[in-house]
Amino acid sequence: MKPNQNQIKTNDLMLNTVTRFVTFLILSFSVYLFFAGHNDPGGGFIGGLMTASAFLLMYLGFDMKTIKKALPINFASMIAIGLLIAIGTGVTSMLFGYPFLTQFFEYYQLPILGETELTTALPFDLGIYLVVVGVALTIILTIAEDDE
Amino acid sequence: MTLLHWATISPFLLAILIPFLYKYLRSIHTGWFVLILPVVLFVYFINFLPITSNGDVVKEVVPWVPSLGINFTVYVDGLSLLFLLLITGIGALVVLYSIYYLSKKTEKLNNFYVYLLMFMGAMLGVVLSDNLIVLYVFWEVTSLASSLLISYWFHREKSTYGAQKSMLITVMGGLSMLGGFCLVYVMAGTFSIRELIANVDLLTGSTLFIPAMLLILLGAFTKSAQFPFHIWLPDAMEAPTPVSAYLHSATMVKAGIYLVARLTPVFGGVPEWFWILSGFGIITLFWGSLSAVRQKDLKAILAFSTISQLGLIMCLLGLGSASMYFGMGEDYFTLAILAAVFHLINHATFKGSLFMTAGIIDHETGTRDIRKLGGLMTIMPVTFTVSLIGIASMAGLPPFNGFLSKEMFFTGVLRASELSIFSMETWGLLFPILAWIASIFTFVYCMIMFFKTFTGKFQPEKLEVDHVHEAPIGMLISPIVLGSLVVVFGFFPNILAYTLIQPAMAAILPSLLPDGEVFHVDIYHWHGFNAELFMTFGVIIFGTVIYLLMKKWTKLSIYMRERDPLNWFYDNGVSGTISGSQAITRIQMTGLLRDYFAYMTVFIILLCGYTMIKYDAFAIETTNLTGIDPFMWVLTLVFIAATVSIPFIHHRMTIVIVVGVLGFLLALLFVVFRAPDLALTQLLVETVTVVLFMLAFYHLPELRKEKFTPRFNIVNLLIALGVGGLVTSIAFSSFALGSEANLPTIAEFFIENSKELAGGYNMVNVILVDFRGLDTLLEVLVLGIAALGVIALVKLRMTGREDV
Repeated sequence: MKPNQNQIKTNDLMLNTVTRFVTFLILSFSVYLFFAGHNDPGGGFIGGLMTASAFLLMYLGFDMKTIKKALPINFASMIAIGLLIAIGTGVTSMLFGYPFLTQFFEYYQLPILGETELTTALPFDLGIYLVVVGVALTIILTIAEDDE
Repeated sequence: MTLLHWATISPFLLAILIPFLYKYLRSIHTGWFVLILPVVLFVYFINFLPITSNGDVVKEVVPWVPSLGINFTVYVDGLSLLFLLLITGIGALVVLYSIYYLSKKTEKLNNFYVYLLMFMGAMLGVVLSDNLIVLYVFWEVTSLASSLLISYWFHREKSTYGAQKSMLITVMGGLSMLGGFCLVYVMAGTFSIRELIANVDLLTGSTLFIPAMLLILLGAFTKSAQFPFHIWLPDAMEAPTPVSAYLHSATMVKAGIYLVARLTPVFGGVPEWFWILSGFGIITLFWGSLSAVRQKDLKAILAFSTISQLGLIMCLLGLGSASMYFGMGEDYFTLAILAAVFHLINHATFKGSLFMTAGIIDHETGTRDIRKLGGLMTIMPVTFTVSLIGIASMAGLPPFNGFLSKEMFFTGVLRASELSIFSMETWGLLFPILAWIASIFTFVYCMIMFFKTFTGKFQPEKLEVDHVHEAPIGMLISPIVLGSLVVVFGFFPNILAYTLIQPAMAAILPSLLPDGEVFHVDIYHWHGFNAELFMTFGVIIFGTVIYLLMKKWTKLSIYMRERDPLNWFYDNGVSGTISGSQAITRIQMTGLLRDYFAYMTVFIILLCGYTMIKYDAFAIETTNLTGIDPFMWVLTLVFIAATVSIPFIHHRMTIVIVVGVLGFLLALLFVVFRAPDLALTQLLVETVTVVLFMLAFYHLPELRKEKFTPRFNIVNLLIALGVGGLVTSIAFSSFALGSEANLPTIAEFFIENSKELAGGYNMVNVILVDFRGLDTLLEVLVLGIAALGVIALVKLRMTGREDV
């Protein structure tokens, strides 16, 4: 995880190549899990953890600098954004005179997807997803980056 | 607020002004401003004399906490008025004396007069209050003010020691008294003394009657320096002499006497009250007079003498309470109350004057040690005269007032020995004997005090001051006034009879008086040749003999030991409490987390175990169980094997891996129990946790990277087994009891409504984001806080080595 100065850097060709492919698989699976949550196993929490695992794999496969360049994301602000979205969903229902965190759903005819259920639970889950990704990566990266 | 209320709190109001007067009017001694107040109050209270001597009372109510029955009720009857006049009268004299005693240049007068006024106001409050709680409040203020005054010269170690001691003892008594008051409230439902006396039947029938009585008496005894709580009073002599004269002879120590007299109509008439009061009183009298003989310091002699005289008054109040048992028929016992009231006045007059003369001698010669003093008769003639009068009165010689009250005291104890109630026939004879011996020793210490100070050879070489002379006239006024009162009350004892003494008696024994009648008070010197007179002769003869033989018994070792042996208990009690609590803290607060963890778990085991045993909550239900599949057996066995192996593993890395195995097994169990979401989450969380563990290992200090051996500890094993067993049995029991109760689960609702109300088929997720979304919201908040915590811990580390 942390480049060791005493060793000569080895050439992780296999790891790098596999990571390039597998990361896409994991990421798309995590997105699937996230969207499937309402009717099948999955949801924001699991999807978030899965995304975090994919990022972690990237950090393992390459060195820190490279990934930081590839993923210019501040994970700490991701936590804040996620929390804001989740709370915002709850507050929105209050604007319409319902109790905090009242969720709504309705079925619509969408162009490609056909009849689709749209629910306010989805943005709420998105908030959770962002928080979980942010938290997992913040914790691990902070500890890993620590040099002392 | 009526005028009476203002009068009660006026000393407090003046106390606020004292620092300003002290600061801005430095040229005038602050005492002069203070002096006005007690004089005005004395004159004001004199006006109540006609009212109380007619048997009328004054009662004024100001609500304070009406919802709790606590009202600032002031109540003036004969007993209150007697004390009010003592407090204000002697207060005025003491302030006058202190003006000449304390130097305006060297002393912190603002402190002194603030404390003194605080004390005066509190004392007025104690005797005026009709409400027990208000009385208690003022009572504690007297304790506080007394401690402040004792430690007035706070740079002296003995002063702070005495102040702490008096504080601890009197506050201990005060708190127990508060407990007694609360019990009284429980019984009667009122804090008002008047109402208590009116509804005394509510109390006498109750089982709390004796506990309440004992607690209240503990308060009265500690305040009034009764045996064995008298030990604070000799150490309180470190206070300035005006304070000793005021607090520790005339007023505060009589607060306990006041309380006992005030509550006699409530508690009197039962054997316990009679025995405790008269028994402890006579022991205090005896012990105090015996101890006084040993003292070498004038104020110490006076302190023990005060203890002894307070015991005398207490004993008389006890004997007098027998009259409530007999009713009006036997007026011997009302005579004891008369003697108590009369001696109370007498003691305040002569003891006040004696303290003041002792202060004058100290002031003019620089010492109070009787071994250094002598031959002052011609040098300080006025002091000598006043002292002679006071000492003669204290010794009980005619024609002074002490003689009269002592004769009445002898009558009281002699009658007590003839009693046939309260098993007095067996023990009653002790009373006159103890009283007589105590009187002999009283006579002896009076002679010691007088002859050692004023006669013999003047020894200027032992004194530190160069020129010994009579005190200034201002300092002499107060003792002269008190001394002349001693003479006046001695020659004309009946001038107080129907103005003060009779109303006070009527207040102490209200139930005995039919309407419109008064107690018959007639105090006279000549009783004829009766037993009391011969006892007095005996006292004089034996006392003189003992004094003449003084050279012999001063060599005895007991004479050398001035300190009261009971101090041993106090000193060891205080130091024992300190070292004991330190020892307990040392044992208990080890600073080791494993010990605290052990305490917590043991406590939980004991608490839950005891609760389950007490309510017989152990139960095992087997009928509702489903069958166990073979692969579940396998899973469980692996699970158990992994768990059990952890304590035996000697390598940290292995432990982490085994814990990871446990996590994955748990995920498998979730699969088996058909919880796909949980299984997925568990799998992912476990992976991330193991990664974190590994990261944490990287940061272990180099030096500590060694193999560690888990130590075997039988106590830890027992605790672990206890916790496991407890939790298991709770689980079994709750399952069994839960299935017995047969309540419908909320799960039915979710199964039915998850599609309809929330539009989702994944019920777990629907519950998480819809039905109970708030939990989820706050859980991710927890995650966010944890992440921020990690950032704060790792990134915002203090540079350098400073501590926060």
